[in-house]
Amino acid sequence: MKLITAVIKPFKLDDVREALFEIGVKGMTVTEVKGFGRQKGHTELYRGAEYVVDFLPKVKLEVAVGADEAERVMEAIAGIAQTGKIGDGKIFVTPLEQVIRIRTGETAAEAI
Amino acid sequence: MRLPKFSCLTAIVAGTGYLLLPGTALAADALNSGDTAWMLVATALVLFMTIPGLSLFYAGMVRSKNVLSVLMQCFAITSLMTILWMVYGYSLAFENGGSVNAFVGGLSKAFLAGVTVDAMSGTIPESVFMTFQMTFAIITPALIVGAFAERMKFSAMLWFMGIWLTVVYAPICHWVWGGGWLGSWGVLDFAGGTVVHINAGVAGLVAAIVLGPRRGFPTTPMPPHNLALTVVGASMLWVGWFGFNAGSQLAADGTAGMAMAVTQIATAAAALGWLFSEWLSYGKPSVLGIASGAVAGLVAITPASGSVGPMGALAIGAAAGVGCFFAATRIKRAFGYDDSLDVFGVHAVGGIIGALLTGIFSAPVLGGSGLGDGNATILAQLGAQSVGVIATMAYTGIVSLIILKLLDGIMGLRVDEEQESQGLDIALHDERGYIL
Repeated sequence: MKLITAVIKPFKLDDVREALFEIGVKGMTVTEVKGFGRQKGHTELYRGAEYVVDFLPKVKLEVAVGADEAERVMEAIAGIAQTGKIGDGKIFVTPLEQVIRIRTGETAAEAI
Repeated sequence: MRLPKFSCLTAIVAGTGYLLLPGTALAADALNSGDTAWMLVATALVLFMTIPGLSLFYAGMVRSKNVLSVLMQCFAITSLMTILWMVYGYSLAFENGGSVNAFVGGLSKAFLAGVTVDAMSGTIPESVFMTFQMTFAIITPALIVGAFAERMKFSAMLWFMGIWLTVVYAPICHWVWGGGWLGSWGVLDFAGGTVVHINAGVAGLVAAIVLGPRRGFPTTPMPPHNLALTVVGASMLWVGWFGFNAGSQLAADGTAGMAMAVTQIATAAAALGWLFSEWLSYGKPSVLGIASGAVAGLVAITPASGSVGPMGALAIGAAAGVGCFFAATRIKRAFGYDDSLDVFGVHAVGGIIGALLTGIFSAPVLGGSGLGDGNATILAQLGAQSVGVIATMAYTGIVSLIILKLLDGIMGLRVDEEQESQGLDIALHDERGYIL
């Protein structure tokens, strides 16, 4: 199993969610985060005092998938979340050791 | 400058509009219910300017960890000044001080002795006049809060404000409105350009310098945490200011009506003045800018509201909007002091612009309703205005410095580094403004 973590631009969240739904991914966890990579922050001005705000709001998506699904899911996310401009984000894939569905106690592949 | 003679007390009435000494039987006017009804409302409007107008205006501009501290300071000042005004402040400001009357009043009305249900002050009950003036004694110290925001000890602040009301506000109020020397020189200060704004503005600058800058200033970003609150506060100030200016006529009449009109015009002109200055200087108009501009206009029109006409108001507003923009953005940074919320840049500079332009635009030839008594020419009036400005700045500057230094020696004025870093809400009050 794999855990796919994607940091994307916030306005892309709805599109990504729909795309994943279409390929059979029915669940995910979403967090609001701040970050930067190559995208520069913006400046704010208050009564002549200028501030550079480095951290930009992003959305982090986490999806647990079977190992053979990982490639398809990554491509789906990357395809939809891309705008071509700096700041589109990144996708990280990490091995997932165990999953348990709390309600039923199912584990591994049945829990995803 | 031709020095006006110290004319008899009744001569003070002209120009400034309302210097009838309370408690004396100069003119046993019958109670005018129209005047009284208006003044009851005006009093409420001016209190509203402090709680919550000014409170919100300032609260939105500090960092979220200090939001409660600002609200607390304003609310506590409101409560404390009320009691002190009642006990001796009103008497010191408005009573006859006998041999020292040019400088300060006496204690004959301490504990509001003589202010009964039937006591009159002109055409309104003295209780209403006293409370109206109390709201001015409340907002003036509250203004200073902006200069030392985010770093002053609450206890030291209370002491400072209590002493400041006694030895700075009451005398200066007496000088201009209570029968003291500035009033008798024909200085025009209808609603408190000098008494309130220059006074608080300079005291604020002194406090900002004595306390020193906030930790991390000027390199650490300290942007306003909630400008929505600031705009709400500024709006309340704008509306409440009708009580401040039009109420200073102490009557419901044409002068009050014109005071309201010129207040509106000047404020709008100043808001646009700051807005366009900022737009041209930095490329984008800002909400903080337009709100600050409006406040600058309100400050500048304050001394002029009883004696200038609409065109004068337009000029005063525009001058204040542009002038205070430069004071708050360029001059502050050139000198390097941390006047956190621009009390000096907006209130002192706006007050000075207003006080001086009052001397010009009160002239009938420029649409005003007349120069101050004893001043036949604009130049003479400008001279009187300048004396008022300089005397106020010097007195409040020096005495505020002394009070601050004394308190610093006795109890320390500033919170320690850890408290400042943690935020005053938690450090001084064990509370959080937002539990989200």
